[in-house]
Amino acid sequence: MATHADREALKGVKDEYEYGFHDNEKPIFKTERGINHAVIDQISDQKNEPDWMREFRHQALDIFLSKPMPTWGADLSGIDFDEIFYYLKPSDGKGTSWDDVPEDIKRTFDRLGIPEAERKFLAGVGAQYDSEVIYHSLREEWERIGVIFLDMDSGLREHPEIVREYFATIIPASDNKFAALNSAVWSGGSFVYVPKGVHVDIPLQAYFRINAQNMGQFERTLIIVEEGASVHYVEGCTAPIYSSNSLHSAVVEIIIKKGARCRYTTIQNWSTDVYNLVTKRAVAYEGATMEWIDGNLGSKVTMKDPAVYMLGPKAHGEILSIAFAGHGQHQDAGGKVVHGAPYTSSKIVSKSISKDGGRASYRGLLRVGKGAHHSKSNVVCDALLLDERSRSDTYPYIEIEEDNVSVGHEASVSKIGEEQLFYLQSRGIGVDEAAAMIVGGFIEPLVKELPMEYAVEMNRLIQLQMEGTIG
Amino acid sequence: MSVLEIRNLRAGVEDKEILKGVNLTLDSGEIHALMGPNGSGKSTLAYVVAGHPHYQIYGGDILLDGESILEMEPDERCKAGIFLAFQYPVAVPGVSVANFLRTAVSNVRGYTAQPTEGENRGAVIGSNLMPMREFRKEINDKMKEFNVDPSFARRYLNDGFSGGEKKRTEVLQMAMLAPKFAIMDESDSGLDIDALRVVSEGINKLATPERGFLLITHYQRLLNYVKPDKVSIFYDGRIVMTGGPEIALMLEERGYGWVEKEFAGAAEPVA
Repeated sequence: MATHADREALKGVKDEYEYGFHDNEKPIFKTERGINHAVIDQISDQKNEPDWMREFRHQALDIFLSKPMPTWGADLSGIDFDEIFYYLKPSDGKGTSWDDVPEDIKRTFDRLGIPEAERKFLAGVGAQYDSEVIYHSLREEWERIGVIFLDMDSGLREHPEIVREYFATIIPASDNKFAALNSAVWSGGSFVYVPKGVHVDIPLQAYFRINAQNMGQFERTLIIVEEGASVHYVEGCTAPIYSSNSLHSAVVEIIIKKGARCRYTTIQNWSTDVYNLVTKRAVAYEGATMEWIDGNLGSKVTMKDPAVYMLGPKAHGEILSIAFAGHGQHQDAGGKVVHGAPYTSSKIVSKSISKDGGRASYRGLLRVGKGAHHSKSNVVCDALLLDERSRSDTYPYIEIEEDNVSVGHEASVSKIGEEQLFYLQSRGIGVDEAAAMIVGGFIEPLVKELPMEYAVEMNRLIQLQMEGTIG
Repeated sequence: MSVLEIRNLRAGVEDKEILKGVNLTLDSGEIHALMGPNGSGKSTLAYVVAGHPHYQIYGGDILLDGESILEMEPDERCKAGIFLAFQYPVAVPGVSVANFLRTAVSNVRGYTAQPTEGENRGAVIGSNLMPMREFRKEINDKMKEFNVDPSFARRYLNDGFSGGEKKRTEVLQMAMLAPKFAIMDESDSGLDIDALRVVSEGINKLATPERGFLLITHYQRLLNYVKPDKVSIFYDGRIVMTGGPEIALMLEERGYGWVEKEFAGAAEPVA
């Protein structure tokens, strides 16, 4: 057992680590609470957008207002759309170098360890502070070879023709209520364009953070990978703790052309009052590969099932997800793979951990359409329950319209083993640390796919989540 | 010089008494073999000394250098110098041998108890580990010394290990943790002759004057390689006879049948 002194010391560490701090936000412009067509116009005016985008937003708002709340999945009754600020602009312009970033924002990033990470590891950084990307740097050689990595607002301004060609083609506003909301009020997010044959060998990274009470964050990301190109995009989220509910509703669209590859890695650690409702979808053409790596630790409710639509022969889709549901949390995460062409293959590996009455649901769709013969898919879901009060469920939907396919599905639920705990304890390891090690081992196959600093952070977060769990 | 003393220990599971008054004193530098038929409670004794939460203590005491360890958690007992080599070490998938051992050694040697400073300031307690470079050197040396292939450092703990590999890894752990007292629970079971030799060599290397061993075994064959100072016969939850190595030879000759005849019913719980 940890001694009393240990616990006291940990209390401080934990409070600090969970980002229970926030800088005084100094917004330059903020819309009123709630959403209507006037708010849309204000956002569009502030951003000085082209008319087609303004029109798109207005149409999306009508769709949002006309769609009922989804009744399946997690409980969303705690969301009050009238209480949310939909747009907030923290400072004028964006820093192009670290020196241009305002001091208080730097301090916040400092506490999150971002500058170090940036210096050691990052090549290009887009960091989103509230609704606006305030800091962005891109390595010069990438610019030379034509890679575009911008915040979405700048992307729209500087490359309107590319944005207009692809924007909302993968996830139209009508896709679902929250995609419609995002389409109406989106702000920030990333725009990535990788030209034909270009391999971006260092991950592109973006950090997201909510820092205004009742401030919704609606980022919009569009990634286009041209033929034979490859890219790895990484986003990590942390948020300060507030007492009232926040809403995060992002849309991510990815287009991967013939023979190209894209990997998209997320570590989500929203504070436990955030509703995190995200629509992520990729289309992969002939011989292309899409990989979603998705870690969900924080939030009150997460509903997210990254999707891969394989639209060309021999396309490959992979979804690896980890969900950690603690007290009062519901992680409804999974994946969708849609085989729309022959000889396509996919793999879903989902691991969830539930403790203190937390609930983790796996929601998966595997669809093999007519003509997608010789397709292969394998789905594995493993759940680990840390106590009797916690819950795990699996909702696998499988729709097969073609005969000559190979499909596998395995699911397992296990409890943390007394014998494993005793074995580690008998080697001098305290019970909490032992439990954290076992959980760390359980998710290790996914953690080892993460860039190193994220793997380290993930393990630390798991350790903190596990504090005081057993015994 | 340390002493591990088990005094009139009675323990079991729920209402079933398994240990019925065990008395045993083990000194540093001593090798004490505990032999007995299957189901006599030998492994239960090992687990109870190591602090397995599954067992309840009905009476008696276990003292390390005069202090009772009964209230200590298993990790605290380990830090105090007690090591149990498991008969069936469990697998911990996803946790590498190196990561596990570095964490264990850091706990036992007090690294983790220190406040975190410098780069680790504000980090979780327990993140203060033995420096990687020192650890790596030490584990490499020990792996060589105890015939463990270096590839084991990266393998997941006991995951997919053969019986011999598991037992050798237990000896490696003991070498790294350097306990005052080691309880070897059937460390010879399931081993072929080569593996038995390697494990025995490991025990002999570690059987220094500062360390006491309790060798729990069903068969005499381990004792061909490791020479005990004392041999006790364990039967029906207690020690029924203690002597020198000649007892092991007698058991080899006569089997356990006569023990049952001689001592059946004799092991009434001692009040």
